[in-house]
Amino acid sequence: MPTIGFAFEESIVSTPRLPIGRCTLLPLLDPSRMSLERIVSRVTSNQSRKLAVGKGYLDEQFCQVEDLQDEASPNFVEEVVTLFFKDSGRLMSNIEQALEKYPRDFNRWDTYMQQLKGSCSSIGASRMKNECMSFRDSCGQGNVEGCMRSFQKVKREHAVLRQKLESYFQLLRQAGPAGAATRPVM
Amino acid sequence: MAVAIEAPFHVLAVDDSLPDRKLIERLLKTSSFQVTTVDSGSKALEFLGLHDHEDSPISTQSDQQEVAVNLIITDYCMPGMTGYDLLKKIKESSYLRDIPVVIMSSDNIPSRINRCLEEGADEFFLKPVRLSDMSKLKPHILKSRCKEHYQQEQHLQSNSESNNSSNPTSENSSSSTSTNSHKRKAVDEEILPHTIRPRHS
Repeated sequence: MPTIGFAFEESIVSTPRLPIGRCTLLPLLDPSRMSLERIVSRVTSNQSRKLAVGKGYLDEQFCQVEDLQDEASPNFVEEVVTLFFKDSGRLMSNIEQALEKYPRDFNRWDTYMQQLKGSCSSIGASRMKNECMSFRDSCGQGNVEGCMRSFQKVKREHAVLRQKLESYFQLLRQAGPAGAATRPVM
Repeated sequence: MAVAIEAPFHVLAVDDSLPDRKLIERLLKTSSFQVTTVDSGSKALEFLGLHDHEDSPISTQSDQQEVAVNLIITDYCMPGMTGYDLLKKIKESSYLRDIPVVIMSSDNIPSRINRCLEEGADEFFLKPVRLSDMSKLKPHILKSRCKEHYQQEQHLQSNSESNNSSNPTSENSSSSTSTNSHKRKAVDEEILPHTIRPRHS
């Protein structure tokens, strides 16, 4: 008999700051209405999100975004995340070009990075946001090396986040619409 | 007793960031506002019926009806025209200045916030904007509509009083009416308590 439900929740590492009741994992599922496969998928997608939140990839803002999803807008989170990656991809290539084409143009670099940081903040991409902030600090100090290093970190966080969110959405899709219907209303 | 269903308030949201536009749109719709989003200050002014180098409306064709905007919410940092520049243009326009304006910014800079408030912004939201922030919008809309309604009543009163005599104040009132009637046309219909309109979703 698989361990699902609240017992499973407790076994997941979570930071004390992780709010109970918000971004809640398993609502009470009626096993008779959901196949075992779906239940397991739901658990795994929740775990995936909780780990992402617990490890700081995503913060409370991501939960806020999820709260905006409902029957009227059932794919909202994925749509926003897709727009984020479209936007951030563009901004990052702007920065990449600017680093090359406009050496030591800290104002320009900072302006682009400010936009990227804003986007990260909007979806709760906290680790990536922190790297953006390091970059801006380096700009403020006129530190080219620092900027270059930070930018590499920004790119890395971007790639990791993309991976995590992609698998999260994939798991959600596997969980199917029944999972969404049983999501607790906050 | 018939329940009056008023048309939802219409908010114009201005933000150059695509994900942010999507978010603010959702936040506003979830809070029962009708929403139009644009990606720049100049497009906002265009939507509001203003070229950015004039302070009076673009001459509209007689059959073209302006959509009433009850509140403008704009990002501060935008390329070209910033949210602050947009705010200034709106406040400089006798036609638009009564529409409440809210500024959003991801940077918490007190001098920036003060500057906006001094220029006439009604509220300043720190990004990321939350659902709880939405409840702060309606009071500003209602306050500005009360003011407008009051001004309208004053005008109606002075008009009826001056019907039999020429009166310098009536000239003032009618000129202010003509500049504001553009905006008021749609709003008039909304103020009447017994107006029943279909809900926009």
